[in-house]
Amino acid sequence: MVPTHYYLVLSAVLFGLGAVAFVFKRNIITIFMSIELMLNAVNLAFVAFSQAFGKVEGQVFVLFVIVVAAAEAAVGLGIIILIQRNRQSLNIEKVNLLKL
Amino acid sequence: MNPALLIFFVLAGLALLGAGSLVLQKHPIHSALSLIVVMVSLAGLYLLMGAEFVAMVQIIVYGGAIMVLFIFVIMLLNAGEEEHTDLSKLAKFAGLPLALALTASLAALVFKPDAGVPTAAHAFIPKATEQISSMLFKEFVYPFELTSFLILVAIMGALVLAQREKK
Amino acid sequence: MISFLQQNAFWIITIVKIALLLFIVLTVNAYLTWFERKVVAHIQSRWGPHRVGPHGLLQPAADGLKFLFKEDPTPAGVDRFVYYLAPFLALMLSLTALAVIPFGPDPINVFGQKIYLWITNPDIGLLVLFAITALSVYGIALAGWASNSKYSLLGGLRSSAQMISYELALTMSVVGVLLMANTFSLQGIIEQQSNAKWGVGILGWNVLAWTRQGLMWPQIFGFICFFTSAIAETNRAPFDLPEAESELVAGFHTEYASFKFAMFFIAEYTAMITVSCLATILFFGGWLSPFPATSVWTFTHYIPSITLIPFGLWVIYDGIRYETIFGKLVLPAVGFAMFAIGAALLAGAWIAPLHTVNEFIQPVFWFTAKILVFLFFYVWARGTLPRLRYDQLMNVGWKVLLPVSIANVIVTAAIVLWRSHA
Repeated sequence: MVPTHYYLVLSAVLFGLGAVAFVFKRNIITIFMSIELMLNAVNLAFVAFSQAFGKVEGQVFVLFVIVVAAAEAAVGLGIIILIQRNRQSLNIEKVNLLKL
Repeated sequence: MNPALLIFFVLAGLALLGAGSLVLQKHPIHSALSLIVVMVSLAGLYLLMGAEFVAMVQIIVYGGAIMVLFIFVIMLLNAGEEEHTDLSKLAKFAGLPLALALTASLAALVFKPDAGVPTAAHAFIPKATEQISSMLFKEFVYPFELTSFLILVAIMGALVLAQREKK
Repeated sequence: MISFLQQNAFWIITIVKIALLLFIVLTVNAYLTWFERKVVAHIQSRWGPHRVGPHGLLQPAADGLKFLFKEDPTPAGVDRFVYYLAPFLALMLSLTALAVIPFGPDPINVFGQKIYLWITNPDIGLLVLFAITALSVYGIALAGWASNSKYSLLGGLRSSAQMISYELALTMSVVGVLLMANTFSLQGIIEQQSNAKWGVGILGWNVLAWTRQGLMWPQIFGFICFFTSAIAETNRAPFDLPEAESELVAGFHTEYASFKFAMFFIAEYTAMITVSCLATILFFGGWLSPFPATSVWTFTHYIPSITLIPFGLWVIYDGIRYETIFGKLVLPAVGFAMFAIGAALLAGAWIAPLHTVNEFIQPVFWFTAKILVFLFFYVWARGTLPRLRYDQLMNVGWKVLLPVSIANVIVTAAIVLWRSHA
């Protein structure tokens, strides 16, 4: 059997990598994908705990996270298409109208 | 080294490769393909843990629908390679160490004795699919119906956002 | 050596089964192309391949050799990694789908090991097939994009949009079957169809649904939705606008030559075979015979032999009168082999060891026969129906098939609930 710690460490590392990509990348779509990576890391933690405690609620919650991520991806990509149409660029530094 | 541990290391290594590739690749389509690799290897890990329904839903929904959406948008918007911009000095020098610190602190939390993580992993949950479905329709029926409404709202929102302006 | 074999027996048997299955499926693929060309040609009042070997039977071998020796150029400006990945992905996913398909009920006993007639039988077998269908969109989308060509990109995008639209109707049309079977495992779905009232044969199949609890909602509408969505899903006529030659040159596989094109080709035909297997398992009873399993009907167990014997005799007769010398030698030999096998199976009525072989052949024969019927439907639809325009295609997928399949689910659920209460 694989100890639960191993899964949780993997989840933490994936989350960290997602956070790094979120902060350092310039392309909006890549930033969005790093959000999906962070959500996946959290899903892994949920399923690991579900197996550790022997209860199935963790897996039910993973289904909800996947559904919410799908809805968020749909709307977010719609917004990205609009940004590309208005700014003609997918660089996040061009989306700075609210900057002081 | 039992087979489960070996499979875990292979899949975990694949997931980490994919995530690293997501960070390091310049073209968004390569990042998208790396993310698909991460998702499929995570589905493999779910299968290893006995959560077979969740593994298949992960591949079908995340890998087969959401990432297809990402790839369509990348193709439609003709996203090119990332332009090279200089990071601020702070980001260049303190960025990676701080990221490592975040990850290490998250990982170290797990090893504290009173973290609440059970030390012995249970066996697979038997008939997990049946239990999930009965929970979805009994205890969690209200969130379940709400998520269907959420998807409907998301569909309408995406349609309104992406339509061309009528001239 | 023997103890090594015995300890790792499971892995060795699995590897042998995988190799055997791959060999069989690739051969069936090759002869499926022959079958398609012959049938479409006869629909169009011409002959099809008839020169390479008797009745054109060596044409697939000639095609295979051609693919191996043709020049394989890589266009300039393509994204090399994605360009090489796309056909590999399409082929790998198509072939992986065959791992969960069961081909027969009873295990064979060899050297004390029980060998089942499937590679794996997970509890979620059907979901694995849907997962592979969902992932196979990537092969096409990435092929279209990586080719660095406008036609390919458009073809790839259109084709993937078509595939993801019809995936919905595909999965919804199967939910009625799942409601009746209570399990995702394909072997369990066939088991449920065999639990029919009075051992009823064909009526117990999900298409007519007269189960032990009474007459359920016949899944005929589900079957029509499933098969139509499956034809659209595998990009076959009449839904093959994205790869039609007169419209977009060749769509997403324009820039792929020789062996990479062959990989897409094999992937498409393997997907056809997988879908036919699925249609028989879900709706037509898989390996169950259309005749009831009671003792009165045991004479129907000799139907495979009774079909093989006259067919073998006809092949001998045709071979003797064939034009080329090669045909005059090969065809009668093949016909005689068929006749001998048929006679041996028929002799199982009197000889005991042949009787067990005959019983074993039964489920495999019916499964193969049903798959061949569905493959014939595929080819028939290609030869007969005109191509759908893209907007008509999307309309059918979203506005016709999806509501019908959802209505099927609702009615099936209501009747299952009513039957389980009454």
